[in-house]
Amino acid sequence: MEWVMLILGGLFVSNYVVVQFIGICPFLGLSKKVDSAVGMGIAVTFVMTIAAFVCYLLNGLLETLEIEYLALLVQILVIACLVQIIEIVLKKFSPSLYKAMGIYLPLITTNCAVLGIAQKVTGLAGTPPSPDVLHAIVTGFAYGAGFLIAIVILAGIRDKVEKSKIAKPFQGFPITLLCAACMAMAFVAFTQGFAL
Amino acid sequence: MNKKLKDTLLGGFTQNPVFILVLGMCSTLSVASANLMNAITMGALVTIVTLLSNTIISLLRKVIPDSVRIPSYIIVIATLVTILGMFMEAYMNDMYKTLGVFIPLIVVNCIIFARAEGFAKNNSVGYAALDGLSMGVGYTFALFCMAFVRELFGLGTLFGQQIWDFKIKFFQEAPGSFMTLALLIAAYTVVMQAIKNRKPKVKAPAEETTNTEVTE
Repeated sequence: MEWVMLILGGLFVSNYVVVQFIGICPFLGLSKKVDSAVGMGIAVTFVMTIAAFVCYLLNGLLETLEIEYLALLVQILVIACLVQIIEIVLKKFSPSLYKAMGIYLPLITTNCAVLGIAQKVTGLAGTPPSPDVLHAIVTGFAYGAGFLIAIVILAGIRDKVEKSKIAKPFQGFPITLLCAACMAMAFVAFTQGFAL
Repeated sequence: MNKKLKDTLLGGFTQNPVFILVLGMCSTLSVASANLMNAITMGALVTIVTLLSNTIISLLRKVIPDSVRIPSYIIVIATLVTILGMFMEAYMNDMYKTLGVFIPLIVVNCIIFARAEGFAKNNSVGYAALDGLSMGVGYTFALFCMAFVRELFGLGTLFGQQIWDFKIKFFQEAPGSFMTLALLIAAYTVVMQAIKNRKPKVKAPAEETTNTEVTE
């Protein structure tokens, strides 16, 4: 049962993007086309899952050596390395996807969502840490999937919005943010409903 | 005052990181702008980190090899944030708990990284420090505007002092935050445009950046 709560939490109730405001930059920047949104979402989910796993294990090591203050530094360096590895792998095995992602692939390093999940599973984000490795991996995956859902929905909305006439000051980011506001209102329903 | 000095000094406003460059969104939308106390604290933290990281990276710009510059910047910024985080935890524990995960997330605040990569690595210490300060102040200003609206309409208070009884909880929550930012960006763009139009001698750097700027 707790698995269901965890997954629903990551997907909807505590959705990183529209409820907790984590992972906004790519959400706003890359959601113009549904294809790139899906690609970004999958890449981020992948990085988040692995980062959650690795950071959880490394945190255990840091605790044994009693150097927890290095946690933040270690986490961000792990994430940077992961993204670099993925970049190399992608370049070799799927050059078309690599080119499609362009600059947004290295930018996953500065994606709040990835560091956010690393902080969450190691208990530095205010909530208790994950009890074991499996919880950490599922948390990473669930929150990543939540990010994917949010970014794809917004891409779909933006697709339609771009075709309408919009007042000049609102073009670009303001109208995107207003769409995000409507999405957030929808997600508030989950918060009230499940009260997690 | 030469042009570069003036541009750097006013950079926080003409190229406001939040309203124009659209960076550092995560913390701008979050609890950090829910009320004015949080906003000023968060703004101060980011200003300190940006100022110091710009200074350090500018000092080391000739020493750091190009191939490892990204991890180097990460180390500098993460160290600064860790120290500030510990300081907050020790001396401002309530605020530390309120801001929660957004303090470590200053490390991945796009503003700091963008300024390091875009400015500090190519400019001398003086200009880099000034840019860091300017961007930090610009960010604080943006956060202040957000918090002003969100607190005044969401809770009816300003800095905790009750101003009126009119409360719309919407502003304190996620949707209100998105909406406030949307309206503020639109308003800021209009105001900046009006200022540029009044002074024909000022060279306007591509105003269309609002629409086509790639966020990091």
